[in-house]
Amino acid sequence: MLTKRIIPCLDIKNGRTVKGVKFVGLQDAGDPVELAEVYSKAGADELVFLDISATEEKRRTLANLVLRVAEKVNIPFTVGGGISSIKDVDVLLQNGADKISINSSAVKNPKLINDLAGKYGSQCTTVAIDAKQINNKWKVHLVGGKEQTELDLFIWAKEVQERGAGEILFTSMDHDGTKDGFANKALSKLSEELTIPIIASGGAGNMQHFVDTFKKGKSDAALAASVFHFKEIKIMDLKKELKDNKIPVRL
Amino acid sequence: MKIVIIDYGAGNIQSIKFAIERLGYTAILSCDPEEIMRADKVIFPGVGEASSAMYKLKESGLDLIVPKLKQPVLGICLGMQLMCNHTEEGNTKGLGIFDVNITRFGTNVKVPQIGWNQIESLKSPLFDGVEEKEYIYLVHSYYAPIIDDTIAQTNYGVTYSTALHKDNFYGTQFHPEKSSDIGSKIVKNFLTL
Repeated sequence: MLTKRIIPCLDIKNGRTVKGVKFVGLQDAGDPVELAEVYSKAGADELVFLDISATEEKRRTLANLVLRVAEKVNIPFTVGGGISSIKDVDVLLQNGADKISINSSAVKNPKLINDLAGKYGSQCTTVAIDAKQINNKWKVHLVGGKEQTELDLFIWAKEVQERGAGEILFTSMDHDGTKDGFANKALSKLSEELTIPIIASGGAGNMQHFVDTFKKGKSDAALAASVFHFKEIKIMDLKKELKDNKIPVRL
Repeated sequence: MKIVIIDYGAGNIQSIKFAIERLGYTAILSCDPEEIMRADKVIFPGVGEASSAMYKLKESGLDLIVPKLKQPVLGICLGMQLMCNHTEEGNTKGLGIFDVNITRFGTNVKVPQIGWNQIESLKSPLFDGVEEKEYIYLVHSYYAPIIDDTIAQTNYGVTYSTALHKDNFYGTQFHPEKSSDIGSKIVKNFLTL
């Protein structure tokens, strides 16, 4: 049986892992490769590296990091953060990334989704969507949530699927950082309306939240950062808890 | 031992190279027919869309070389699919090594299948030391139905082939290079066939 995936997310700045809540009070958390190995051994099903640096050196640093991760880690990983062209993607996939995640650039240039899926296949094209509720409507936001658009989450998600994305990583900005659980209503609606897998992100605070997002949110995978980085939840404990709740996991 | 990974411009070849290196072997990337024919073991990777991968393979003339190889050959993911007769993806004719047609998953499941699923009914030295129902990593929208050459199967709305074997040719739908320690064991088994 296909299992539900647990995905730790590592924020990367200038080639280092950083920890913080909502990008505030960032602390250095060490070498991403070492942390990736730790998570992989601890039972993570996949990893996401999100580059939040904005320097000119960024592209080369990230490409080099991907190569180092691929050398050490034997589980799949996704790379995202500021990727805006096919040219950016080539080197990342060549260096061993399994999937590429695009976000703001997909909204600004939706054809990028078709181009990526056409050239590399849907299986490595993940579209990340950040959204929050404005007057009870889920509106897509850009640039790490700073810029609001008039795009409706569900309409955009459908377009993303039609353009060839293989997966959607949905972050609820209303839930992100709250540790109050995932946006399960919106997630289950996405899951019912779409035919591609949905990764839940934003709001993980305890193990029950993961149980809920798989059961009530119908999510295919759940992503979290701080609960894993600050060792509030151990991946193995979480998977045992999920199994006890009859949710299929890889143990 | 000389291990060659066929480099025809379709695939995440770095990961399989590293997986082989983690086992203490070295592998070279090549699209040179002479070099490939001289290898002791050949890896035939592939990710992306079938018709464009097949186009690249033909462009390099390797579509005529691969079916004639005599040493153990391991096709991974799309590599395995291209070793079959035909795939529905892009209505693509394959190399015809495995007598089976690749079809798309039905609408009863999410497509692509992404993640960890189980392999069972294991029937090959490729799986020495691998227990039934171990987890492996898969990401695909098309599958090979069960045939006589099936050496591992998986269920995702339908029971299908996750590994094939005929003569010196092996194929895995899953990515052994991304399937944690179980995957390493399978790569090692292939290298020691």
